[in-house]
Amino acid sequence: MTDQATPTRPQNAGAERIEQAIRGTKRRAALMPYMMGGYPDLATSVEIGKACAAGGADLIELGIPYSDPLADGPVIQAAGTVALDNGATFDGVLGVCRELSALLPVVVMTYANIVQARGAEAFCASLVAAGASGAIVPDLPPEESGELLAHADRAGLALVPLIAPTTPDDRLSLVGARARGFLYTVSVTGITGERSGSSAYQEVIDRARRATDVPVALGFGISTGEQARAAADAGADGVIVGSMLVRLAGGPDPIAAVRAAVQQLADGLDR
Amino acid sequence: MPASQTETSLPDRFGPYGGRYVPETLIPALDELEQAWIEASSDAVFMGELDALLADYCGRPTPLYLATRISEEVGHEVWLKREDLMHTGSHKLNNALGQALLAKRMGKTRMIAETGAGSHGVASATACALLGVQCIVYMGSEDMRRQAPNVERMRMLGTEVRPVEDGTRTLKEAVSAAIRDWVTNVHDTHYILGSAVGPAPFPAIVKALQRRIGDESREQILAKAGRLPDRAIACIGGGSNAIGMFAGFMDDPSVALVGVEAAGDGVDTPRHGAPLTVGGRPGILHGSLSAIMQNDEGQILEAHSISAGLDYPGTGPEHAWLRDSGRAQYVAVTDQQAVDAFKKVARLEGIVPALETAHAFAYVFDGPRDSTLDVVCLSGRGDKDLAEVLARD
Ligand SMILES: Cc1ncc(COP(=O)(O)O)c(C=O)c1O
Repeated sequence: MTDQATPTRPQNAGAERIEQAIRGTKRRAALMPYMMGGYPDLATSVEIGKACAAGGADLIELGIPYSDPLADGPVIQAAGTVALDNGATFDGVLGVCRELSALLPVVVMTYANIVQARGAEAFCASLVAAGASGAIVPDLPPEESGELLAHADRAGLALVPLIAPTTPDDRLSLVGARARGFLYTVSVTGITGERSGSSAYQEVIDRARRATDVPVALGFGISTGEQARAAADAGADGVIVGSMLVRLAGGPDPIAAVRAAVQQLADGLDR
Repeated sequence: MPASQTETSLPDRFGPYGGRYVPETLIPALDELEQAWIEASSDAVFMGELDALLADYCGRPTPLYLATRISEEVGHEVWLKREDLMHTGSHKLNNALGQALLAKRMGKTRMIAETGAGSHGVASATACALLGVQCIVYMGSEDMRRQAPNVERMRMLGTEVRPVEDGTRTLKEAVSAAIRDWVTNVHDTHYILGSAVGPAPFPAIVKALQRRIGDESREQILAKAGRLPDRAIACIGGGSNAIGMFAGFMDDPSVALVGVEAAGDGVDTPRHGAPLTVGGRPGILHGSLSAIMQNDEGQILEAHSISAGLDYPGTGPEHAWLRDSGRAQYVAVTDQQAVDAFKKVARLEGIVPALETAHAFAYVFDGPRDSTLDVVCLSGRGDKDLAEVLARD
């Protein structure tokens, strides 16, 4: 693994903070929990984010809810609907971001129309002002993300692209070259949600590694300490866990439950 | 022939609109679909098979009929393009059959579709029965209630109808559910998208398959009336019957192209389905940038229409561009106007139109009479809507 930035890849403060957090983790791979901003409500979601930090997270992915999230399974979809019903707004979730970014690097995850509604430049400026280090927009493939990437680079925000098992070899380097902070590697052909098994991890991580020199984080379908360990075994630099934690965030005693679950995942990643 | 030998890609933008705003997982499938259509549409054997099925199985060309009593009522000639007479009773089969044939050629063994009114679901179920492939249709549970006869027809045809319980349980949620299925099963599945919406290349392919409506209409009106119409009029849900009709007259500047959206309770209320008419900031829904209904935050709003097929907060990207460029105009009529037109057409012509189509008729009855000859796309028959209309009395 190399640590140097390629000359073609503009460094920015957000990408640097993310890469430092991932490469500097004391675990075998960085633990990167996903949480839905404003779920079950804004105040509780701040506490859930803090519980992630206390449980051992290295970085937080913070969802801004969207009415029609095409990359998400039922758990995250439903959480987004509840968050919106409970009054979560873009600015409200950026308030959550501001608090959490004092503890950890925060990467905001949302959908293209939320960006479109403000314009790419204003979107990036708002995120940076809220302390966010990066952004993930799963329905903005490289063909559509030129404008956002240019503004993100200028603003010092890492735009994190995704690759999927279906991404053909000749596209991998296209996506990989545009990666800032990390390359989000989707472990399965499908949407977010808890799944069993980890057999496909090695191949997708190897492909991702060949495509980029930024850290490789594996996500979608990872929910257990065992799977997290398998991802680290396969060489992932970071492990993203979403639906399982979002499910707990909607259950009884969400703050304690999320903290315990993050702790358990962290234990699974202990050296 | 919709595609020429030399094409290497299909249009993916219409002015600023269109594009491919979908998860990375689907991008290769969209590339594959585009290439497959380019090859198939210039393959005489494939197109010959499609043409033969459209003729002998579906009943194309559909008639162009001079509706004399409607003409008397409005004071000018009104000709109806009888898509209601095609097999399954709506224009949707033009697209569903073409896509299903294409997908079979691509080696896909599982087909999924969304449906609002059920017309596209029935068309997809029909095409899949004909071709002997598995079919799953996503349908909002509210639409399953409103369009119960079509649910039974789909099941009779061997299709699994999966109720969608998200949001308002209508067309938007059904499309989202179908896209999520496709993301998960893309290796063996084709998504038969039912309107001129979605990520590229869908809007271009759906237009290529639906343009028979307009191409036939143009030929027929020249043969029968010896002239071009002053207006070509069609209702707009996602815009497939309209883009098909408009395509035939696009290069005839004397022909006004009029798309009729659902005003629901009124375009001055939040309860409508008229993103083109109302205007505002463009947005991204279901994979393309177009005219959509959204709030300031960028959240998609719930549409409302009595007609399940027009109850959709988005629209095809080419329509957004035709509006901005001034080539087509878009208007909206209310639920009540549509119901009144539905009844009027039944009694004047002995034709029960789909509630979707009734919107186009409402414009003919209630809109400006600055035309001497209209061609109206009678996109489908209204048997499915009888219960809904009778319940309003
Ligand atoms: C008969 C009929 N006409 C029109 C429509 C609207 O769709 P589009 O705008 O794609 O033609 C529908 C949709 O279900 C329909 O069933």
